[in-house]
Amino acid sequence: MASQQQDAGTGAYLIRGAAILGGAPEDLLIRDGIIAERGQNLPADGATVIEAAGLVALPGMVDIHTHLREPGREDAETVETGTRAAALGGYTAVHAMANSTPVADTAGVVEQVLTLGRTAGWVDVRPVGAVTVGLAGEQLAELGAMADSRARVRVFSDDGICVHDPVLMRRALEYVKAFDGVVAQHAQEPRLTAGAQMNEGEVSAVLGLTGWPAVAEESIIARDVLLAQHVGSRLHVCHVSTAGSVEIIRWAKSRGVNVTAEVTPHHLWLTDELARSYDPVYKVNPPLRTDADVQALRAALADGTIDVVGTDHAPHPSEHKECEWAQAAMGMTGLETALSVVQHTMIETGLMGWADFARVTSTAPAAIGRLEDQGRPLDAGEPANVTLVDPAARWTVDPSKMATMGRNSPFAGRELPGKVVATFFKGHPTVLDGKLNTPYRWLPENTELPGAAAAGRN
Amino acid sequence: MRHLLSTEDLSRSNAIRILDTAEEMAAVGEREVKKLPTLRGRTVVNLFFEDSTRTRISFEAAAKRLSADVINFAAKGSSVSKGESLKDTAQTLSAMGADAVVIRHWASGAPHRLAATDWIDAAVINAGDGTHEHPTQALLDAFTMRRHWSRLAGTPSAGADLSGMRVAIAGDVLHSRVARSNVWLLRTLGAEVTLVAPPTLLPIGVDKWPCSVSYDLDETLARGVDAMMMLRVQGERMNASFFPTTREYSRRWGFDDTRLRALDSLGLKDTIIMHPGPMNRGLEISSAAADSPRSTVLAQVRNGVSIRMAALYLLLSGDTREPAHQANSTHSTPAGHTSALVTKESH
Repeated sequence: MASQQQDAGTGAYLIRGAAILGGAPEDLLIRDGIIAERGQNLPADGATVIEAAGLVALPGMVDIHTHLREPGREDAETVETGTRAAALGGYTAVHAMANSTPVADTAGVVEQVLTLGRTAGWVDVRPVGAVTVGLAGEQLAELGAMADSRARVRVFSDDGICVHDPVLMRRALEYVKAFDGVVAQHAQEPRLTAGAQMNEGEVSAVLGLTGWPAVAEESIIARDVLLAQHVGSRLHVCHVSTAGSVEIIRWAKSRGVNVTAEVTPHHLWLTDELARSYDPVYKVNPPLRTDADVQALRAALADGTIDVVGTDHAPHPSEHKECEWAQAAMGMTGLETALSVVQHTMIETGLMGWADFARVTSTAPAAIGRLEDQGRPLDAGEPANVTLVDPAARWTVDPSKMATMGRNSPFAGRELPGKVVATFFKGHPTVLDGKLNTPYRWLPENTELPGAAAAGRN
Repeated sequence: MRHLLSTEDLSRSNAIRILDTAEEMAAVGEREVKKLPTLRGRTVVNLFFEDSTRTRISFEAAAKRLSADVINFAAKGSSVSKGESLKDTAQTLSAMGADAVVIRHWASGAPHRLAATDWIDAAVINAGDGTHEHPTQALLDAFTMRRHWSRLAGTPSAGADLSGMRVAIAGDVLHSRVARSNVWLLRTLGAEVTLVAPPTLLPIGVDKWPCSVSYDLDETLARGVDAMMMLRVQGERMNASFFPTTREYSRRWGFDDTRLRALDSLGLKDTIIMHPGPMNRGLEISSAAADSPRSTVLAQVRNGVSIRMAALYLLLSGDTREPAHQANSTHSTPAGHTSALVTKESH
């Protein structure tokens, strides 16, 4: 099952016998940054051969929702460590959320994050721009300047904070139409969630922790889909967590509203029962909900109501979790467990196949972010962003062995299925044999590999 | 029993064991020398992250009557207010050799964190955490109710539970750790509990609790109540729209003079009135009710010391086995005499 390498030094790789999107085994020849050929019994022709029998080949995963913490909180994560984690998790692109310090609310900061990502070279780092100056919810940030910058920002979000002012949200939705942007909303009515610590329900009643009611999420989503329809713009709903939200989004899509929605791996599995331990590793925003919500989210991801899986990877230094629940930071790591958790919750339950997995983890998030060379089919001539997965592998989560600096994985100690064997980013193996290889080296400013550039979407 | 964190997970046998041990401790309190050598050389730390002089001195008196060394650690004005974490504080106390930590904390679950982590290897007693639980308060309430209930039945308290007793708890249930601990413990002991509160001061999910819920205090009284427990209500809740005014609250949910008289007209001659203190006289309870012969407020305070002695004794005496089913008749007693029951109780 393990891949076998015969380094021939050409930089080309022949993946032999991988199940493409879980289908019939085929070979993929990767050369010069693109998939040069796809077919049966391709000749090695000097390429390094990876024996991939039993492995599944997928388009490189694209995370629509990542916190890389740099600049400002390099004690929690850096672009280097976060993107190493991403590559190991099977990702070839991540959207870096704007809540850094300083906030990514100017062209300067988003270009800095872009440069940090390119210097690291593990994945395509796509900065998300803040909707409002300083995430303060008062005044629009220079969205156009960020869109026109080298970072070519298309996703705008105050994630972590809701754009709760209805007029500001309306204006943001309208304004981003000028450059085909999307507003990614963190749906949380602030007054209904003052001091909120966990899902409001039976468990919070017993634990005496201030509740975060489902209606605080659902009421904002309801308002926003109506606003998006009214102004004819594009809305993305971050980390949907309740069954009621699913119903509203399903209704909005049936009315033709241009809305996309995201679910995190942890909301597909974990419930608020875990809060009974008072262990803040289970504290996250939005909070873990009930099993009825988990089942509704799984069904919605399977039927397309929810478009994408986004990790909301949120590393925190351990002192922010080794404390009282109410004092603890909200958030969980996710980049290195996402594939396994989705396999466990969606594929092994029979709700989805690997082709669906490719849609929700690559094609759809790339489309939302307008990433032209990500989420592409695994066909000849396409950019070689490819993830090889061993679906039969089993591993036990040990946060201390992860590449992310965050040790706050809620899956610690759990045995998960599925392991990333290799990740190819622009034809370069960032991960081989399940271990970090070497980063991709970007050519000097504003030039790309010719093959990758040619593969752009129409 | 390794820790005393909540009444939700306290078994019936352990609850009754604590109550029975407290009866024996109460007997010590009747003696001329109110002190036992049981915990000589052991260190009890009162770790208080929230001001509560009443609870702190109750635990202090309990520990001292058992001859333990007592260290009071108030978070205000200490290193904690300078940003020291709970973890560092716990490790510091551990290094100093604390055998038991009595913790009061504004954050729900803080005692659970101390007990679940390896920060400190001491017995942890929850002296009230946020809006979660206050188990020793519920135990002293149950102790007070059991004495009353047994006296009415003419049977000894020891070994008894509260089967058939009708208890109403009225007030700010949403923010009350006393209410939560009482609901679980009273269920375990067989009492029938009714919570009475404005709908805004009941938690979402209360319908799954093992009790009835009413919005109407008069209707609840009319159905018959053996113990009426009033919870402290903070007037500031008015500012967050939990109720319109303190006067309206008092009229609908306060135990006022009219309701005190109603107990007589309803023929509820043995109904006791309880309050965990400190009271807001004129808000949730009238002075006449608080000072009436029905009131057990001071008995509750007195019983608190006995309950806390029992908890410290059982956690620190090394006997952490689950008691056998009629354990009260066989286990040796800390006071050196068997079942010296003191049944006289003012009310």
